[in-house]
Amino acid sequence: MPKTMFEKIWEAHEVKENLLYIDLHLVHEVTSPQAFEGLRMTGRKLRRPDKTVATADHNVPTDGTPVAAMIKDALSRKQVETLEQNAADFGVPVYSLGSETQGIVHVIGPELGLTQPGMTIVCGDSHTSTHGAFGALAFGIGTSEVEHVMATQTLVQNKPKTMRINYKGRLGEGVTSKDLILATIGKLGTSGMTGYVVEYAGEAIEALTMEQRMTICNMTIEGGGKAGMIAPDETTFEYMRGKPGVPEDFEAAVERWKQLPTEEGATFDTEVDIDATAISPMVTWGTTPGMVIQVTDPVPDPEKMDSPADKEAAERALQYMGLEAGTPMEEIRPERVFIGSCTNSRISDLREAAGAIKGRKVADSVRAMVVPGSALVKTQAEEEGLDKVFEEAGFEWRGAGCSMCLGMNPDILIEGERCASTSNRNFEGRQGKGGRTHLVSPTMATAAAIEGHFVDIRNWS
Amino acid sequence: MEPISTIEGEVAFLDRSDVDTDQIIPKQFLKRVERTGYGEFLFYDWMRDGEIELEPHPILVSGRNFGSGSSREHAVWALHQFGFQAVIAPSFSDIFYSNSTKNGFLPVALPEDVCREIATAGEAKIDLENQTVSWDGGEASFEIDGEIKRRLLGGLDDIALTLQTEDAIEAFEAGPGGTYGPVTTSL
Ligand code: SF4
Repeated sequence: MPKTMFEKIWEAHEVKENLLYIDLHLVHEVTSPQAFEGLRMTGRKLRRPDKTVATADHNVPTDGTPVAAMIKDALSRKQVETLEQNAADFGVPVYSLGSETQGIVHVIGPELGLTQPGMTIVCGDSHTSTHGAFGALAFGIGTSEVEHVMATQTLVQNKPKTMRINYKGRLGEGVTSKDLILATIGKLGTSGMTGYVVEYAGEAIEALTMEQRMTICNMTIEGGGKAGMIAPDETTFEYMRGKPGVPEDFEAAVERWKQLPTEEGATFDTEVDIDATAISPMVTWGTTPGMVIQVTDPVPDPEKMDSPADKEAAERALQYMGLEAGTPMEEIRPERVFIGSCTNSRISDLREAAGAIKGRKVADSVRAMVVPGSALVKTQAEEEGLDKVFEEAGFEWRGAGCSMCLGMNPDILIEGERCASTSNRNFEGRQGKGGRTHLVSPTMATAAAIEGHFVDIRNWS
Repeated sequence: MEPISTIEGEVAFLDRSDVDTDQIIPKQFLKRVERTGYGEFLFYDWMRDGEIELEPHPILVSGRNFGSGSSREHAVWALHQFGFQAVIAPSFSDIFYSNSTKNGFLPVALPEDVCREIATAGEAKIDLENQTVSWDGGEASFEIDGEIKRRLLGGLDDIALTLQTEDAIEAFEAGPGGTYGPVTTSL
């Protein structure tokens, strides 16, 4: 019987029924300390340090702090130092502050060539779905499971259901993969993919670069999905070629990886068709990623919502966001702009954002910052002179880390501040208590920074 | 992990959908390196503002897509350490559901109207063995995976169980399956 890509990877990793072998375990400082502690308390070893790698990202100040000992916030410092100590004690390679390869865990995996097609990859972080862009099965786990993987290199898993989303046609000019995934979540809802491993397919997906594909798989979790996947192809292999972690006999590996894609006639539990040509630049208006509309639309009216639960949620969201139903999105004025996060902080995201500036300046009413996803992205951008382009336009250019995606470090919104953000979550308080987040693509964020309000990037010269 | 059989008592009601883990335990409390001490910070922003009030009853009832967002297990620790032993909602995020069951904290999925009935009744009894929730005036049965149920009833430690099959893991590693992926220690 023809098989899906997911089934092939699943079957190749079954140690026994419902026990899945894990090829790569990514570790960061927030969700790992209790797991390492668990190993110590039970006297267990970390089974495969050679399949494990750690980095510091969530707590990292982006002001150039060179070593963990100099982090000002005492608790953040302790968490990063604990990671370094744990890694040393258990023999795990660690990229912490000051390392050339430090960065957001979902940025460094792919750029170091650790993320490869056909693998199983887990991390105590929900955006692990990002790595599925390479045709890997990658998903987020909790701390108890982190400890389980450390001790056994396996996970107890029930087989999830499968969904394929087929995108017909190609994205229009100015419409990005961020808009594609936001529009998809808007259509399916924040729990529309719950319980599913989702394969994104179709012409619109095949036409994307690897970094654009990562943006899509990254936000699978915002639709409730367990993992997102995209079939590996020439684009994938080209991106990987020459990266440090890839197999020595690369061509032989490519031949194996070519066997992975879903076979003709394989069946999914659910299939969804979406017209890619109809997708517009998107902006979120509320407090879940599903509360999203086209930039050309007005803020929705809760009175017109289908169910009482939706109406109530919309009313609360509008109140929190300080928005009136009916206001055109293009009249909304963010005071902050954040370009960064594991969704949109890779080199091509920064190139796109910098390319949209064209000598213009950030509006006086806006404070804008750009935070590269990793130290390597930062170095690359600086070699290309992107840092200068941003700084001359009035953007702040920062060090690598999660930064204002979640405000666990000094980069946060203050109460009531409105932010156009390239990150992935617009929950209440996500970027700082009382902060109001609008999720957008990097070019939309750049345009908002320059004009001082949202604009339809397609009509913006 | 403590075994669960029945959970009985008063019900706290949080009448909201899409309650995400960022709200359950805001990020400033994720900087701790311990597993305990989270209960007092449960729903910190909402509780501090007086936006919601919750009593530490045995059962929490809430809206659809409960526990969405970040994978932080701290959310389960906070709910559990606050005093809840179970949460009943129309649906849960996958990671939150899994995290709950690893901590002896019982997630129960029931249709929205049933959740509301239970909240209105104010008291309920969850019987894990029989997979039922009963309250004054009604009873409903819920689904749970057999293996998860067995582990919850027995309070069994996942890692110890898996290590009983270490031979199978070793055999897998010795085969072609053991050769996938990079060697992180040689970068
Ligand atoms: S950038 Fe944001 S979403 Fe991504 S890993 Fe960091 S905190 Fe999580």
